[in-house]
Amino acid sequence: MRTPRLLAGLGLVAVAALGLTACNSGSPTDPGGAAGDDETTEALWEVETDVSLDDSPTYERMVERGGVVVGVKNDQPGLGVEDAVTGERSGFDVDIARWIAASLGFDEDQITYQTIPSANREQAIVNGDIDYYVGTYSITDSRKQQIDFAGPYFITGQGLLVAADDDSISGPDDLAGKVVCSVTGSTPLQRIRDEYAPGDTVENDTYSQCVEQLKQGQVDAITTDEAILAGYVALEPEALKIAGEPFSEERYGVGLPKGDTALKDHINALLDGGGDVWTALFEEHLAPAGIDGTQPETDD
Amino acid sequence: MGVISDNLDVWWEGLLGTLILFAGGGVVALVLGTVVGAMRVSPVPVARAVGTLYVNTVRNTPLTLVFFAFAFALPPLLGLKLTAPVPLVLAVCALGIYTATYVAETIRSGINTVPVGQAEAARAVGLTFGQVMTLVVMPQAFRSVIPPLMSVLIALLKNTTVAAGFSVLNLGSVRAYLSERGENQLVVILWVAVVFVALVLLLSWLQRSLEQRWRVAR
Repeated sequence: MRTPRLLAGLGLVAVAALGLTACNSGSPTDPGGAAGDDETTEALWEVETDVSLDDSPTYERMVERGGVVVGVKNDQPGLGVEDAVTGERSGFDVDIARWIAASLGFDEDQITYQTIPSANREQAIVNGDIDYYVGTYSITDSRKQQIDFAGPYFITGQGLLVAADDDSISGPDDLAGKVVCSVTGSTPLQRIRDEYAPGDTVENDTYSQCVEQLKQGQVDAITTDEAILAGYVALEPEALKIAGEPFSEERYGVGLPKGDTALKDHINALLDGGGDVWTALFEEHLAPAGIDGTQPETDD
Repeated sequence: MGVISDNLDVWWEGLLGTLILFAGGGVVALVLGTVVGAMRVSPVPVARAVGTLYVNTVRNTPLTLVFFAFAFALPPLLGLKLTAPVPLVLAVCALGIYTATYVAETIRSGINTVPVGQAEAARAVGLTFGQVMTLVVMPQAFRSVIPPLMSVLIALLKNTTVAAGFSVLNLGSVRAYLSERGENQLVVILWVAVVFVALVLLLSWLQRSLEQRWRVAR
């Protein structure tokens, strides 16, 4: 009695599985969507074919592997997002990473993206898990002790995000008695705690959790780099707005393994010589979010 | 040592946060756990049912989900604003309510080690259920559950780090803070581990002295 029933059950499962795969093969697959996306970016740059980069251990590692591993973020609208359904990555930072890869002779198929949260970035570069990192990575002296930076490729500053109907906050000095949210331990959070006097601070794992709490009124403001905040405003302009002017200077660079001067010089030369590409990427990703910006000069 | 001496503010706040979470969560867990443990052996069917339901649902939920419920679902429902003590209170509740299920089961197993004759004799001389529990059964039960109960408390101590993701500064958040200040994360994590080992050693010492004090001559 038991065996036939078991067999029938297995049969049902098999039929269901067949049905699912059938659906899968029938549905439109990636190429259509991906091709459309490629056209816009591929017009901006070509994959270099004749690259010679002496004395760069990182580049040698890439060639040996036959591909490049890039560290990026996946939850910052406009800068670095990963589509949860298609796995497609997009954003200003991600395109800068693609541009650098192309200049090193690697096309889209040879790029492996790795999502690395802020707190783990230096460790990932030091360990060699990634070749370089592009993702709202501020150049600071303390980080320079562990890694090197190319760039900066973008300059922004710490700002405040508030509910669209809140007129009581217009700068970091209006935060007395207010609840300010940011990511656990992040530099903007430490700065606001140490240098300004907010009523209370709330720390979450991600900015999207802060945005949720802001919309529900559990916190009054979110603080981090304005470029990141602008991405959330662009998603929900009727619910959120940026209050006041930036009150710090954050210079975004490309994180590299320490001591790889050849790669650093290569990326700096690429950025300095690629004003048109930069402007096109900025217009595509960040200008719609309502922030102004010009391409900064890279450091030596 | 620079990792510690240069960042004393964060280490101190983190240690304090962990100790407050542990103390608060521990008190809630012990009180609630003892009550629920007693409920699960009580003669009242409703009390037994409620106790069993509570233990079986909360104990089978991952701690992170319990935290999510308290940190992200409860405040909007109650219209709470996240001013100073609110995230801490929510975290203590989450930890306490979660750990109470383990305390309850530990205590119930302790109660089961007390021979039935003890409770029957107490009942025979006219004590109520409450008196049987507090005067006869519990004092003997507690004595036998000190080692497993201490394990539950040690687990609670380490579970406090989960609160780091839910807006309560504790030793679990120290890594994120110091990484932003340019310290080597692995070194920071090693030091966090050292602090936890020291705290756990303290608890083990407490366990040993309690065992000795309450030892029964056999």
